[in-house]
Amino acid sequence: MSAISLDENLVLLNLEGKDKFDVIAKMAGNMQKLDYVKESYKAAVGAREKIFATGLPTSSYGVAIPHTDIEHVNAPAICVASLAKPVDFVIMGEECETVPVKIVFMLAMKEQHAQLEILQKLMKILQEDGALEEIAKAQKPVDIKEFVCKKLGL
Amino acid sequence: MKNGKKLVLVACGTGIATSTVVNEAVSKLAKKNNIPVEIIQCKIMEVPGYSDGADLLVTTTVIDKSKYAFPVISARAFLTGIGLDKVEDQILAELQK
Repeated sequence: MSAISLDENLVLLNLEGKDKFDVIAKMAGNMQKLDYVKESYKAAVGAREKIFATGLPTSSYGVAIPHTDIEHVNAPAICVASLAKPVDFVIMGEECETVPVKIVFMLAMKEQHAQLEILQKLMKILQEDGALEEIAKAQKPVDIKEFVCKKLGL
Repeated sequence: MKNGKKLVLVACGTGIATSTVVNEAVSKLAKKNNIPVEIIQCKIMEVPGYSDGADLLVTTTVIDKSKYAFPVISARAFLTGIGLDKVEDQILAELQK
C-alpha cells in the first residue's frame, strides 16, 4: 500500500472560512502548495462537493470528507482542519439538508482500492466517543497530527 | 442475479472513497449471513452500465430511486454508524428475497 502523508503541514488549526467552498479552497490550496495535488484539484473538489455532498453528522461534531477523482492527485495525503466556526455542508446522500461541520478531512486519493484500511479507520474516528472532541479541542497542529496518525495507523 | 449470486452494486461519487468502505461492509455482512453475493463497486454515473441483473444498489449519493428497476438503499450509516442496524437489516432483507 502506498503511504498516505499526514504531517503537521497538513493540519490547519482553527481554519477560518466563510462557507464550505472557502474552506475547501483553503485546504486544497494548502495541499497544492505542498505539491500533493495538482492545480486542478481545488476546482474539482469544489465541483464534486456540489453534486456529491460529503457532510456527515455524528454524535458529536459534524464532519466533512471532501475529495475527488484520482487524476487530480500527485501523491496520497490527508489534510485535516478544525474550523474556527462551523460551516454548513450538505449531508451525504441528501438533496439539501445540511450539517454544521467543525472538522474536515480532505482526502487526496491516488489509487482505486488501496486505501480501504485507512478509510475504515477514518470512519471509526467518526464513530468513536471522544475522538472528534480530541481533534476539535486540540491547541496545536502537532497534537492533531499525532492523534489522527495514531488512529489511522500511519 | 449473476452466476447464482445476488448482484449488488455499491456506488459513490468517485467510486474510490466511501464506496470502498461500503463495499467491504456489505461483503462482510453477506458473508456473516452466508449469502453468496457478487459486488460491483463503481461511480454512481456508471450504475446504468452495470444494472443488467442487479438485485440491489447501495449508495452514499443522492439518488432518484424511481430511476432504477431494483431497490436502492442509502449507505451513509456505514460511515457514521448512525442507524447502522436498520440499514443492515434492510440490506439483508433484500438479499434474502
